[in-house]
Amino acid sequence: MKLTKLTALAVTTALVAPAVSAQDMADEMTIVSWGGAYSRSQQKAYHEPYMEKTGVKIINDESSNEAVAKLRAMNEAGNVTWDVVDVVAADALRLCDEGLAMEIDPDEMLAAAPDGTSAEEDFGELLVGDCFIPQIVYSTTFGYRTDMVPEGVEPPNDICDVWDLETYPGKRSLEKRPINNMEWALLCDGVAKDEVYDVLATPEGQEQALAKLDEIKDDVIWWSAGADTPQLLADGEIFMGSTYNGRLFSVIEEQDQPVAMMWDAQVFDLDGWIIPAGLPEDRLNRALDYIMFATDTQRLADQAAWISYGPARKSSAPLVGKHAELGIDMAPHMPTDPANAQNTFLYNYEFWADYRDDIDAKFQAWLAK
Amino acid sequence: MSLRAMNHRNPVATHQNLRLGFDIKRRRPLRKKHNGEIALAAPNGNDAFVEFERVQKSYDGETLVVKDLNLTMPKGEFLTMLGPSGSGKTTCLMMLAGFETATHGDIRLDGVSINNIPPHKRGIGMVFQNYALFPHMTIAENLSFPLEVRNIGKSDREEKVKRALDMVEMGDFGGRRPAQLSGGQQQRVALARALVFEPELVLMDEPLGALDKQLREKMQFEITDLAHRLGITVVYVTHDQTEALTMSDRVAVFNDGRIQQLDPPDVLYEEPKNSFVAQFIGENNTLEGTIKEVNGDIGLIQLDDGGLIDAKLINVSKPGERTRVSIRPERVEFNRDRLQEGVHTLKAEVLEFIYMGDIFRTRLRVAGNDEFIIKTRNAPDQVRLQPGQQIEIGWLPQDCRALDA
Amino acid sequence: MSDVTDATTGKRAPTPDDALRIADSKQGGPVLAADGTPLKRSLARALRVQKLRALALIAPLLIFVLLTFIMPIADMLFRSVENSIVSNTLPYTTEALADWEPDTGEAPGEEVFQALYYDMFLAAEAKEHTTLGSRLNYENSGISSLFRGSGRSVDDVGEDQIDMLEDQGEHWEDPAFWYAMMSGDGGATDEGILQQQRQRLANLTSDNFGGEIGFIPGAEIAGILPRTVRAYTAFALFTAIADEDVVAEEEPWEAVKVALIEDLRTTDLSGYSGPGAAELQEAQGALADAEPISYRTAFEGMDKDWADSDVWRTIKIYSPAYTTGYFLNAIDMQKGPDGPEARPENQQIYIMLFKRTLFMSLMITGSCILLGYPVAWILANLPARSANMLMILVLLPFWTSLLVRTSAWKVMLQQQGVINDTLVWLGLVADESRLVMINNQFGTIVAMTHILLPFMILPMYSVMQTINPTYLRAAKSLGATNWTAFWRVYFPQSVPGIGAGSILVFILAIGYYITPEIVGGTTGTFISNRIAYHISSSLNWGLAAALGSILLAVVLILYWAYDKIVGIDNVKLG
Repeated sequence: MKLTKLTALAVTTALVAPAVSAQDMADEMTIVSWGGAYSRSQQKAYHEPYMEKTGVKIINDESSNEAVAKLRAMNEAGNVTWDVVDVVAADALRLCDEGLAMEIDPDEMLAAAPDGTSAEEDFGELLVGDCFIPQIVYSTTFGYRTDMVPEGVEPPNDICDVWDLETYPGKRSLEKRPINNMEWALLCDGVAKDEVYDVLATPEGQEQALAKLDEIKDDVIWWSAGADTPQLLADGEIFMGSTYNGRLFSVIEEQDQPVAMMWDAQVFDLDGWIIPAGLPEDRLNRALDYIMFATDTQRLADQAAWISYGPARKSSAPLVGKHAELGIDMAPHMPTDPANAQNTFLYNYEFWADYRDDIDAKFQAWLAK
Repeated sequence: MSLRAMNHRNPVATHQNLRLGFDIKRRRPLRKKHNGEIALAAPNGNDAFVEFERVQKSYDGETLVVKDLNLTMPKGEFLTMLGPSGSGKTTCLMMLAGFETATHGDIRLDGVSINNIPPHKRGIGMVFQNYALFPHMTIAENLSFPLEVRNIGKSDREEKVKRALDMVEMGDFGGRRPAQLSGGQQQRVALARALVFEPELVLMDEPLGALDKQLREKMQFEITDLAHRLGITVVYVTHDQTEALTMSDRVAVFNDGRIQQLDPPDVLYEEPKNSFVAQFIGENNTLEGTIKEVNGDIGLIQLDDGGLIDAKLINVSKPGERTRVSIRPERVEFNRDRLQEGVHTLKAEVLEFIYMGDIFRTRLRVAGNDEFIIKTRNAPDQVRLQPGQQIEIGWLPQDCRALDA
Repeated sequence: MSDVTDATTGKRAPTPDDALRIADSKQGGPVLAADGTPLKRSLARALRVQKLRALALIAPLLIFVLLTFIMPIADMLFRSVENSIVSNTLPYTTEALADWEPDTGEAPGEEVFQALYYDMFLAAEAKEHTTLGSRLNYENSGISSLFRGSGRSVDDVGEDQIDMLEDQGEHWEDPAFWYAMMSGDGGATDEGILQQQRQRLANLTSDNFGGEIGFIPGAEIAGILPRTVRAYTAFALFTAIADEDVVAEEEPWEAVKVALIEDLRTTDLSGYSGPGAAELQEAQGALADAEPISYRTAFEGMDKDWADSDVWRTIKIYSPAYTTGYFLNAIDMQKGPDGPEARPENQQIYIMLFKRTLFMSLMITGSCILLGYPVAWILANLPARSANMLMILVLLPFWTSLLVRTSAWKVMLQQQGVINDTLVWLGLVADESRLVMINNQFGTIVAMTHILLPFMILPMYSVMQTINPTYLRAAKSLGATNWTAFWRVYFPQSVPGIGAGSILVFILAIGYYITPEIVGGTTGTFISNRIAYHISSSLNWGLAAALGSILLAVVLILYWAYDKIVGIDNVKLG
């Protein structure tokens, strides 16, 4: 294992060294991320090689789940201490709207692909909003206990099996917020995939989705932390539950639990970087240098060796190799893998930016009933 | 020192205080009252009201705090348990109250063994060192409390509370809280509360310990007066010998878990039975020596420096035995004219003369003892000794007691 | 007796205040101190020095508390009514909207859209329009993307007319030409416009727009081209201060040109001979036949929602600098066309959550009392050595992280958890019907009782420690049974400890959110969970502040009620 790491390190250093001339920078920067396995993958794929290359010391802050509020508070206090922040695309949009994140120019700030394709083209439509620098593609999908599938029944393979309490008895776990759940409910209530957001924009559509969720409400455990569903699955508390595909990967492959992944109508979502607005010149330059380094084609592919999230660049996909520790091929576990992505659902950022508060109020009122 | 308590050593019954309307004629026969409390009445009219029989107490199973205690108290007696701290006197009191159980032996109240009777059924009044007045209740409520738990009707209660408060001259304070009273006032209230339900036995655990000297003396008088007026039996614990001597009918001197002597105050003072009692009660001069000759109950003692004295043999008897001779300062005579013919005298050097108003206190060096004190009355013809003066001292053989060494 | 009061005499020891009082009560003129000043005054002076010294001693703490506690709270409370963002971002629009009647159901007229154009343009340049969009989106879903989208395309308004203007000659794209024309030719200047625009930009961005910018609008041109000068001044301020560029070297942005086109349509240039007079007349002539810019059409082209009178009604309702909207929202109401009205039933949640929070906090406090009292009693009555051991057990929860403790309860209580497994093993519960003890109110009460128990035990313990055991002995010696002695004598004296513990636990419970979030499921969540959501997720800090203010008010009212009923001096921590 150690050897692999060293090799990876050597390879990355060799690749990067000629590309970017080492700059003399002040020596510390604070990078905010989610913690856990995800932060570890970033540490291995980005931070360690970058520190090696530049001598900059990276301080990790695991505050991403409250990054929006904290950034706003820092901004109001006039003292932003973060240099680069890892957030989901929806939060990036919000931060951008609030003027808390810096607008980016992809072609100028991000490295082109090895074959010369511009960054803008390489990231393509994943460049959501004006401030977001995509890093990974993840999906929210369902995992289920293989040992709890009733005998003589096919394992669940359709999103609507979540609603089929007769065939698949047992509790479900769903996230304690409307996002994703409302879409799935409408999909299983006969709404066509490309009409989901149009329907959801109307009060009737929202009622329809809640009515559909009502059918399973009594059998749902609502989660709020990403670790909840994997734990509930491992404990056998639930039959199936939604969570991020990387979490399920670790339950299945690393912890070897009798759990399987259901790839249907999984919601594609993005996670990436933003740079806080209003950084002083020297810190801004350092942050930009880091971003340029950490989002190039090879680095994004490297991260996939540590966690089963797909790299956001098209050019990275062919470079995804084996898991750095388990040695299994990572490509089949990526949400972007063609076999997995047969029926995916694309998260609509603009819609949720507009309707999140309204629908959340209704959703929470419904939950509390 | 006035032994005023002597005045009260007569039977109590005659002193029932009818002025306050306390009905304490309720005496016999022995019956269970409605609340299960033992009615305190002697079955046969003999003197044994409180009895300790071979009582032992150990807390840790290794050492005995109370060793083989035997004690009999008649009704109406004011008995004081006196002793240094750790001598077992408080433990005895607590066993009597029911807060400690005897490890061995029998405690009887009016002839009935109370070993297995819980404290609240013993019907014994108790006054605590810190008064233990309930801080959240007014004075009247404090007094009313024992009556309430005995299911006494409201009007009766108020009547009794009022009488009890008047008795201790606290009639105007019924509405106050304990914290609003001075120490002396709290003491009176505590006393009233221990008496309001008309117990025949009242225990007092160093009740005056927290008061200043003047107040303490006043309260000593009031307590004894009240006790005798009401004819109640009192067991009083103190480590203050003056208090014990002034108040009690009898004093039990405790040391090392045993009663060293149980006697009326004058006997205790004048005829201590062992050197602990002699030391503990009053001021005392001691000289150490060996018995040389025995002549009836008078012995000739050779002191360690060779001097010879006469002393009454108390708990030593054989020639050659070591002894500690004890003599009260006021019984020492240095005026040769007043000494009996032929008694042995000792040479002494005056070290210090202290004028104390009513008496003179002179410190001497006698037979190598620098702390030998004599007390003389301040009379017109009294000699004032000067430091450095050489004198000769002597005493009546009866006043000098040869005790265990 | 250490009391100041001596009950025997009923007198208090004299205090300095007494001296003041005595001095007051003297009838025959003031008593004089040794130096001839009135005694009262010299005493007051002496006391003042004492007071100042005492104040100086507590000053560091006072300042610390003020800065780190009181001011943030005050600021947070202020947010619950503060709403100046609308009028700061859209100053001209809100002004123009004053005459518009929302009841007509029609979107407002052209002049409002024109005002919106200038406001939106500047806000988009300063990137403040999306912030306002997010703010108004709380009231009306969709405004967020409406503003975001419009900000992107607002510089396309009047494209054709600008092209026509620029066709008249390159000077219309020449920064120096513009600068000269707008400054006037050394004639009178108009500082007033500059000040107005400084204020407007400062309001918009919350930044300081003071300082020299190298441009002062000319008075004459300001009279002839008022819109243009206003727009140019805003442009000049933004360029010089926000962008830190030289005004005379930057080409004015589109809004300035649109303003000029608008001005040229109505203004009379005949008396003007200053810089650019000829060019202006030429442009006026050339644009005379051009179609006027329709701002309304332009905005409706960006997003059809601009034609929706609801959007405008929201802007109008929230244009005052202070609003009751957050508070209304916090009690399940909203601002309707005819004043406050109840929210639709499917959005009502806060009142219910407030009630639930109070109810559950009371339950938790009650169960803490029931469980904590015996423990505190044992602690207070054990010999010191064993008491210390037990105390460690009581304090143990403090040493483990809240998350660990709460998660441990999950393991205990869940359906495949320890308790259910034991019950099934004992045969008390069938395997199919395992008890649901978590993700509901029960789980929340259990976990929070456990977490808050030390806060109940410690004050009770410290109060009980001060209760002398002789009180119980005294009560028994007076004839009370064990129970009566406890209930009548011991318990009343321990009530202050219960009071202190209850206040502590209740106030802690009412503001708890981590544990309810983890084990509360849907029926065990508290109002604090919603507050946390609005603080950290929805960023609706105004609503969070309103909810927090109400919670604070509820606590204060309960505290006041407690004081009235039990008496706050009946609370002690030992």
